[in-house]
Amino acid sequence: MSSLTANDALNKRKPSYPWLFYLLPSIAIMLVFFIYPILLTFYYSFTNLALTGEAARELKFIGFENYARMFQDPTVRISIWNTLVFLIGSAVIGQQVLGFLIALLMKQRNRTFRRVIGTIVLAGWVTPEIVCALCLYSFFGDEGTLNAIIGFFGFSEVTWLFTVPMLTIILANIWHGTAFSMLVFQAALDDVPNEIEEAAVVDGASKWKIFTSIIIPYIKGTITTNMMLVTLQTLGVFGLIYAMTGGGPGNSTTTLPIFMYNQAFVNYQLGYGTAISLLLLLIGIVLSLLYIRSMKE
Amino acid sequence: MNAKQRKLVYRILPYAILAGIGICFLLPLLWVLVASVDPNAMQSLKMPSRITGANYAEVITSSENQRAFLIGLIMSLGQAVLVVLLALLAAYPLSRYQMKYKKPFMLTILFMTSLPITAVMVPVYQLFLGLKLYDNIFGVILFYVASSMPYGIWMMKNFMDSVPNDLEEAAWVDGASVFTGIRKVVAPLMVPGICTVAIFTFSGSWGNFFVPYILLQSPEKFPASLKLYQFFGQYGMVEYGSLAAFSVLYAIPAIILYILSQQFMSKGFGLQGGTKG
Repeated sequence: MSSLTANDALNKRKPSYPWLFYLLPSIAIMLVFFIYPILLTFYYSFTNLALTGEAARELKFIGFENYARMFQDPTVRISIWNTLVFLIGSAVIGQQVLGFLIALLMKQRNRTFRRVIGTIVLAGWVTPEIVCALCLYSFFGDEGTLNAIIGFFGFSEVTWLFTVPMLTIILANIWHGTAFSMLVFQAALDDVPNEIEEAAVVDGASKWKIFTSIIIPYIKGTITTNMMLVTLQTLGVFGLIYAMTGGGPGNSTTTLPIFMYNQAFVNYQLGYGTAISLLLLLIGIVLSLLYIRSMKE
Repeated sequence: MNAKQRKLVYRILPYAILAGIGICFLLPLLWVLVASVDPNAMQSLKMPSRITGANYAEVITSSENQRAFLIGLIMSLGQAVLVVLLALLAAYPLSRYQMKYKKPFMLTILFMTSLPITAVMVPVYQLFLGLKLYDNIFGVILFYVASSMPYGIWMMKNFMDSVPNDLEEAAWVDGASVFTGIRKVVAPLMVPGICTVAIFTFSGSWGNFFVPYILLQSPEKFPASLKLYQFFGQYGMVEYGSLAAFSVLYAIPAIILYILSQQFMSKGFGLQGGTKG
């Protein structure tokens, strides 16, 4: 790369500090506030850690008791199920498919039109999650915009947040997150070489055929990577759900983060709450490893 | 004729679908914008009888709200500055040195960028009680810094890789120290990268709700995100107008910063870096 110069001897002069000198501050802060808490998650999940009562004074190692409790707790099963529905509905299908659809339809359209639609979708992404929660809460509210619209067409009002709470938070998360997938797929679709497509058209391939045998295989890597990222982002969603439904009514929108929060900070069972967060963490670790693998390919 | 009609449908259909999607995305957003200037805003989107600035005036003049915005600003700015400085420092050997464990280190960093922060908040809470950092604004900043460090290092290293060695080496020949080299040569050439990292960390914590919700207790220490949530719960049912005005004011910094970041990201939107959930 660099050409030989008279200063070559000087060029070889290494900067005078060892690498650890530069990395130490970052590594130290990550160790204390990031990696140590991860290790604590494993440890606390085997203890009776609590905020109040006797257990608050005396931390005891209780083995797999929290886990045994988890397997018997019907709310855990409900939360896992809700998390799955939320992940698949809002991330894997919702954001991905909608983001892809928007990116695909926007290709070769009028520029101003593209810009207007793109900006609207992006606005939902850039908006902080509590504001999103508020916007969508009022949209689905009993007196909200959606009911006003269907009322205008002569249908009777629906209490969306009570009758289909899961659907409302799924749509809220789609509203908030789709722009990310849209941007990713726009970039990926722009990379598909036009010549291949044109050649296929010359050969008489149908639109569908071009789509399934050229575009999809070409962006397969992007789809996998995007899927991992979107799922990971959705796994940790708390504020949006918490502000919109609070996990209710009943437990109908209680996902794992909400359940973890309730156990740890409402029922003061930190140890049990940590066992639940470990479950969340393990799912996150598996998905992250898959994500890195998909990046390396 | 039939084929002609079909062709027409094929041409119009994408526009129709996109317009439909656009309207669905626009409606909730339109509500918050319109309600913020409506003197009697309601839960549903409606034409205001007249336009008022009173909702904004009410939000801005409240000293409690000013305080919340200031705290949010201090937290996010403090975090962004610290992340940029530490990541710049950390990226240097990762970009310039021959290191034995560089590859596994970078992979670990990438791995950490995608872990859900939500999952570690209960132990972090316990840790903060032990370290006497609970209910401490500076403590929240420290945690924010730690949680966005992996992303900062990853991005900064990639940006630094694109700054050629030669310029820096020329500075050394002229007698500059390593730090002078970084400060006077490397950093100025990475301004777009530095701004991107700063903007992304700033917006990340500005919009964050869960972390301060767990780590802070006293209402007078609440940043804007928590204040909005509190507001939502207390007066949400009655004062839609000021609630909407607060939301718009709170969202504006995030939107401006996003637009700014577009100026810096010339390369477009690929999947080179991790993102935080």
